[in-house]
Amino acid sequence: MSGGHSSYEPTSGLGKWVDSRLPLPRMVYDSFIAYPVPRNLNYAYTFGAMLAVMLVVQILTGVVLAMHYVASIDLAFGSVEGIMRDVNHGWLLRYLHANGASFFFIAVYLHIARGLYYGSYKAPREILWILGVIIYLLMMATGFMGYVLPWGQMSFWGATVITGFFSAFPLVGEWIQQFLLGGFAVGQPTLNRFFSLHYLLPFVIAGVVILHVWALHVTGQTNPTGVEVKSKTDTVAFTPYATVKDALGVVIFLLAYSWFVFYMPNYLGHPDNYTMANALKTPAHIVPEWYYLPFYAMLRAITFNVGPIDSKLGGVLVMFGSIIVLFFLPWLDTSKVRSAVYRPWYKLFFWLFVADCILLGWLGSRQPTDTYTLMAQFGTLYYFGFFLVIMPVLGLIETPRRLPNSITEAVLEKSAKA
Amino acid sequence: MNNQTMGEPTRRDFLYLTTGMAGAVGAVAVAWPFVDQMRPDASTLAMASIEVDVSALTPGMSLTVKWRGKPVFIRNRTDKEVQEAAAVKLEQLKDPIARNQNLPADAPATGADRSAGKGKENWIVMIGSCTHLGCVPLGQAGEYGGWFCPCHGSVYDTAGRIRKGPAPENLLMPIFSFTKDTVIKIG
Amino acid sequence: MKKLVASIAIAASLAGFAGVASAAEEHDLKALTEHAIEGGHFPILKPKNEDWSFAGPFGKYDKAQLQRGLKVYKEVCSACHSMKLVAFRSLEELGYNDAQVKAFAAQYDVQDGPNGDGEMYTRKGVPSDHFPSPFANEEAAAAANGGAAPPDFSLLAKARGVERGFPTFIFDIFTQYQEGGPDYIHSLLTGYTNAPEGIQVAEGTHFNPYFAGASALKMPPPLSDGQVTFDDGAPATVDQYARDVAAFMMWAAEPHLEERKRTGFMVMVFLVIFAGLVYLTKKSIYANKEH
Repeated sequence: MSGGHSSYEPTSGLGKWVDSRLPLPRMVYDSFIAYPVPRNLNYAYTFGAMLAVMLVVQILTGVVLAMHYVASIDLAFGSVEGIMRDVNHGWLLRYLHANGASFFFIAVYLHIARGLYYGSYKAPREILWILGVIIYLLMMATGFMGYVLPWGQMSFWGATVITGFFSAFPLVGEWIQQFLLGGFAVGQPTLNRFFSLHYLLPFVIAGVVILHVWALHVTGQTNPTGVEVKSKTDTVAFTPYATVKDALGVVIFLLAYSWFVFYMPNYLGHPDNYTMANALKTPAHIVPEWYYLPFYAMLRAITFNVGPIDSKLGGVLVMFGSIIVLFFLPWLDTSKVRSAVYRPWYKLFFWLFVADCILLGWLGSRQPTDTYTLMAQFGTLYYFGFFLVIMPVLGLIETPRRLPNSITEAVLEKSAKA
Repeated sequence: MNNQTMGEPTRRDFLYLTTGMAGAVGAVAVAWPFVDQMRPDASTLAMASIEVDVSALTPGMSLTVKWRGKPVFIRNRTDKEVQEAAAVKLEQLKDPIARNQNLPADAPATGADRSAGKGKENWIVMIGSCTHLGCVPLGQAGEYGGWFCPCHGSVYDTAGRIRKGPAPENLLMPIFSFTKDTVIKIG
Repeated sequence: MKKLVASIAIAASLAGFAGVASAAEEHDLKALTEHAIEGGHFPILKPKNEDWSFAGPFGKYDKAQLQRGLKVYKEVCSACHSMKLVAFRSLEELGYNDAQVKAFAAQYDVQDGPNGDGEMYTRKGVPSDHFPSPFANEEAAAAANGGAAPPDFSLLAKARGVERGFPTFIFDIFTQYQEGGPDYIHSLLTGYTNAPEGIQVAEGTHFNPYFAGASALKMPPPLSDGQVTFDDGAPATVDQYARDVAAFMMWAAEPHLEERKRTGFMVMVFLVIFAGLVYLTKKSIYANKEH
């Protein structure tokens, strides 16, 4: 997966024999050992490693949970409780998996924010970025379908509401919804297909991750200065320098993860999901999992009709649009400077954007009142304004700070100051 | 290698080794729950014993019950069957061990040891799973008047002992006891 | 820095809302009730926070308390509430031995079958059975209880919890507050009171400011002083019953809690040590490298 020249030299006879037949060790060596990374990478660049770990954790725990889970509307809820009560270490595996989804999303949001801050999506890394957005979309689909499997009240009504999005589209909407559900409402066919797809999609994610890493290794990492690598002194070898830093980041991340898994495993979940699904009774207050809340807030923020588009379709379009816009990010940002470190105004707008997402997330968890809806409308406006107005315009009018000539210069400057 | 790097290795190497070993220990500890979950769970183990009412079985009648997912043959044998079983000499048997979990592991496969014991010689309780490859033998069939496995042709006598065919051992008798005169507890 | 300013600004604006809510709590119950009914948000009062032996990182169930809770469930609650997911065999975790569990299970009649004649029959319970339900099905339960089926007890302590609000839900991460269910159950059971003057309560319902669904609920006050006699001399009061049955329900919903917290402690200790080792390794690797 490395773009450059390979420095792998097998020393043993066996090594040479394998290398001339299947150069897998060479690929691993070039990609994860000798691979040069910028020497100034900070801890914000360790989120990728955390994501890799979480993907593995989710797949492993998911595979073993599937050995005990029964995808039947009558038995699913009980089989999950069987896992919690009777299966050896079942409680641990299930809590790892349920909280793992949340921590997967925590890591992916940090990873995306890192990319936005340091301009990682800018040329020549457009495909790398787009692959990342695809992974994020796949994660959302996987997470949603996984949440349906325990067949609790939130599972059922979450599935009802989310598949209901598609009914907003004129003419084909209802057809699409029934196509997704395999019926007129969420039921046995829905549960079965969601289980099948929930098992399949993580492997699709793993495949796209390989492409993502491949694309990364072609262009090389960005770095906090945003200045491209120019000479060998700008880089260090992936192992041990990046590996050990990643390891430290991952261990700290696992500490936070364990805190939730072992001490507050239900904090991120919803109590209603411990009641079995009941098609005749909607819970008082339906909220999606926390990682969808900002989008949920934007969905609900559209309470008015715009021309021929009614508020329901409008909300759905805004919600889908909030993700679609990410695909065009590399071309929306007109700045010549990559990193927010040298863009004082962008930095301000970036942090406002982060605050906006948190605010939208909080609003998404509230019962919508007039005040909250108005706040959500402003939040939505800023969300789209950030991508569609601030990014293109700011790049043209902002005066960036002086860039260092090279990564090495920046590093030496920093250590001289310290 | 210059002198500076030669001087340091002991402390550094020790640190790297410790870290690596801690990582390995952690990985092994994490692996355990993934292996452990494969074992039978608590609800499966809780089903480990059942009680069967056999008051309706007159001599010559059999009952098959499911225990731990396998069929268990309970038969109230006729006197003729009991006598036939007792008449067989040990050296005629392919497997001379009783295979009766209620007796010592080396108990001989006599007619008495292949039954429910003194006063209950007419009763036999065995797991109905051929010791060859696990098919369920047919009752009162085959040339010895006992059981006959249709899969690969193993023939058992009236005491469930292997007499002919590919099966290596007599049909296994599980742990069981009469809790009342007409109730058998298996497991 | 700007990040900090932005987050303080948000925190301040959100704290404003929380402030409004807490000021309102100082009004009397009548005003609160009217306010809640008008806005449609319940409960009228937040559950009281109780001390639970199973709270916190080293939390453990109090076995004597669980045994008392089981007695309350058996003698009072089980007349209407099922507990389908709990098997008799798991009562060993309450400190009972094999024989005691067998004897306990045998007090229940369990439907089994079909037998050889194709008929269902009733037999004595055995440890591998689950608690039998008081009603044949959900519809029967609803019909016998004025249209609302009494909820199953197995998971109720995890299926109930009142939203904590900002900023409490942030602090909860650090205090490991996970006892919303038992707190709610205890407050509900001890919270029955006469409706404030002027507040109309629907026919056949009972006012309770702690109920999460409305201002009144179908279940009449289930507990009264002296109703259950404890063998260990614990006070025969509604408060004690409520506390014990809430703890028992937490156990029923989360039987592996102790094991989870114990394992968690070992994991945390290991990870802290491992993080220290990785940190030292990282420092040593980067010792001669500016970055």
